[in-house]
Amino acid sequence: MSASATTPQSVLDRADGLRRQLGATVRDDMVAALYEQSSIIVDRAVKGRGSQNWDLDQRIDRVVTSQIFGLPIMLLILSCIFYLTILGANVPSAMLASLLFSFEDLAAGWFDALGAPWWLTGFIWHGVYRGLAWVISVMLPPMAIFFPVFTILEDLGYLPRVAFNMDWLFRKAGAHGKQALTMAMGFGCNAAGVIATRVIDSPRERLIAILTNNFVPCNGRYPTLIMLAVIFVGAAFPPAFAAVAAAGAVVGVVLLGVIMTLIVSWVLSKTVLQGEASAFTLELPPYRRPSILRILYTSLIDRTLFVLWRAILTAAPAGAVIWILANVTWGDASLAQHSVDFLEPFGWALGLDGVIILAYIIAIPANEIVVPTMMMAYLGVGMMTEPTSYDDIRRILVDEHGWTLLTAVSLMLFSLLHNPCATTILTIWKETRSARWTTIGALLPLAIAFVVCFVVAAVWRLVA
Amino acid sequence: MSNPTGHDCEACPAHAQLAQMGVSLANTDYLIALAGNPNTGKSSVFNALTGLNQHVGNWTGKTVTRAEGAYGFGGKRYKLVDLPGTYSLLSASQDEEVARNFLLFGQPDCTIVVVDATALERNLNLAMQVLEITDKVVICVNLMDEAKRKGLTVDVRSLSRDLGVPAVPTVARTKEGLPHLVQTVADVVSGAIVTQPFRPAPPDKVRVAVEELVPMIEELAPGLPNARWVAMRLLDGDHRVRQALIAGELNGMQASQSASAEGHSRLVALQGSQ
Repeated sequence: MSASATTPQSVLDRADGLRRQLGATVRDDMVAALYEQSSIIVDRAVKGRGSQNWDLDQRIDRVVTSQIFGLPIMLLILSCIFYLTILGANVPSAMLASLLFSFEDLAAGWFDALGAPWWLTGFIWHGVYRGLAWVISVMLPPMAIFFPVFTILEDLGYLPRVAFNMDWLFRKAGAHGKQALTMAMGFGCNAAGVIATRVIDSPRERLIAILTNNFVPCNGRYPTLIMLAVIFVGAAFPPAFAAVAAAGAVVGVVLLGVIMTLIVSWVLSKTVLQGEASAFTLELPPYRRPSILRILYTSLIDRTLFVLWRAILTAAPAGAVIWILANVTWGDASLAQHSVDFLEPFGWALGLDGVIILAYIIAIPANEIVVPTMMMAYLGVGMMTEPTSYDDIRRILVDEHGWTLLTAVSLMLFSLLHNPCATTILTIWKETRSARWTTIGALLPLAIAFVVCFVVAAVWRLVA
Repeated sequence: MSNPTGHDCEACPAHAQLAQMGVSLANTDYLIALAGNPNTGKSSVFNALTGLNQHVGNWTGKTVTRAEGAYGFGGKRYKLVDLPGTYSLLSASQDEEVARNFLLFGQPDCTIVVVDATALERNLNLAMQVLEITDKVVICVNLMDEAKRKGLTVDVRSLSRDLGVPAVPTVARTKEGLPHLVQTVADVVSGAIVTQPFRPAPPDKVRVAVEELVPMIEELAPGLPNARWVAMRLLDGDHRVRQALIAGELNGMQASQSASAEGHSRLVALQGSQ
């Protein structure tokens, strides 16, 4: 090692000395000099200023982000999306279901004719295949409508306006305004929403955004919410208003999710994550004409098929597990019956039942397969016909398994609030590298879901 | 149809040569970084060049991680790294750190700075910060169609002259100007185009301090291409640069070491998350 006069430390010391001499404004001075230069360069290179298109953007923004109309317009747009989804998904769903389920019987028939043992036929066709058929028929049609419409809004440039309309709420909750953006991202996928929190500078506000992202329903949970809204809320109204009522119910759930996000953010910022909300700038991009091909690609390949594929990967084993539980007997009843009986009181306290809790436990890897798993559990425990329409599902749940409006409401609440899916939990771990925050991120929503469902069920039963 | 870029794309030889190579990242000859403000169409440029389908959305802060892809041109293979969109390279948010560290430690052979033709002033602030860090830069003046709609004409020659690096007009969504862009990048990489980035003098009192520090830094890390930038960061108390100086990371910067960039982003991801 040669003895040099210049060491990293000596450079740092000298720099610090100079920095003190220059005073606190040194950064501002440098940035100002930069701005001045770029302004000169731009003046030389750019000719012409403004035109009608720009004015049009601003005029639209004045309405869409106005204090009076901003939030109502947002709600209206959201309601329209769900209305279109609900209206459009019903018929294709039923068609897909009857097609896929008739193939199940056909294939099972072939297996029987070939002399395959009953358990093989059952495991493959009434277990794994039935799980897949459920997932595809319940999830594919709503997604194929919802995602393209949502992507149009995103491409158009509406999402930043949503964030703009809501950032004051987040600041009031002691969180970062950009959390409105990461929340909007969470509507697509909570794992993506958690990654998106990287745009938030302050670690405190970023943690709040990570921990609360789960409270907005993701792509995977919409099919559950939509189906429940159609079957129970929609059906309680005359047919002409059914779709409107169902859409209203989904919007209500989404709103509740946003409110929970704000409340939990506020509580966190007042307790374990105390601090002031920091300022930031949010850019409103120009409205751009969406490109149809790209929207179809993004919404159908990136989103629909991605979510569906993930659901299929988890639905097949879930179907297998349900079939085994339903067909392996221990003592006088099947394993499924034992688990359901064991979970029943717990489910009842939450306004649910044992089968739903069992389905949630089996579906821990992915939220989106809860309803299919639940249906398989119901059907596996002594049901022979395959329901092929929302009416059939309603009949089975209400007439044969004693569902009430409370069950549906509790399930919607539970679905909205419960723990994040395995992917999201893994993402929280990757982003925070903290076992403590990952555990809180997983258990806090679950605890809130338990408390809310318990209170709702208790009050409901008291009043009814 | 008028062509806002002023080039006959179909007839240009470059048009035929561009080969989208998706994620086949092995054995690439050159490393190209893609920087720019959020929502300038950076991801569109990335997709058009690599043939990949990185999610494109009309909103700020959508790309927070680095995406990598490859394209072939003129017999060479180029690895393209899409950096998070940022407004500056000065502050401490994680997306800015990822972008800045890649420019500093990733040692790209050329950096494409995508700027929004309709909001040049704000976009140039970032472009000029990139010019402080690295010489080999091509400015991609994107969204030329929107500028035209707004009644703006952008003189890219004037821009190019003032900044000392080539500026190429593009409409990434329709791929207009992209053949010209890859040709220009190839020329900068090969040295056929010699860039002389414009680096405005800092305010007087800062300049004296910078001039004192630069020789010291260069003595510590001979051949460092951006000692002036490091000096300015030290003067405004930039934590990450101080750390790099102490750890001796600056010494490694003149050697091409794109492999270590990976490690750095990961390191920063860890630090930023705490």
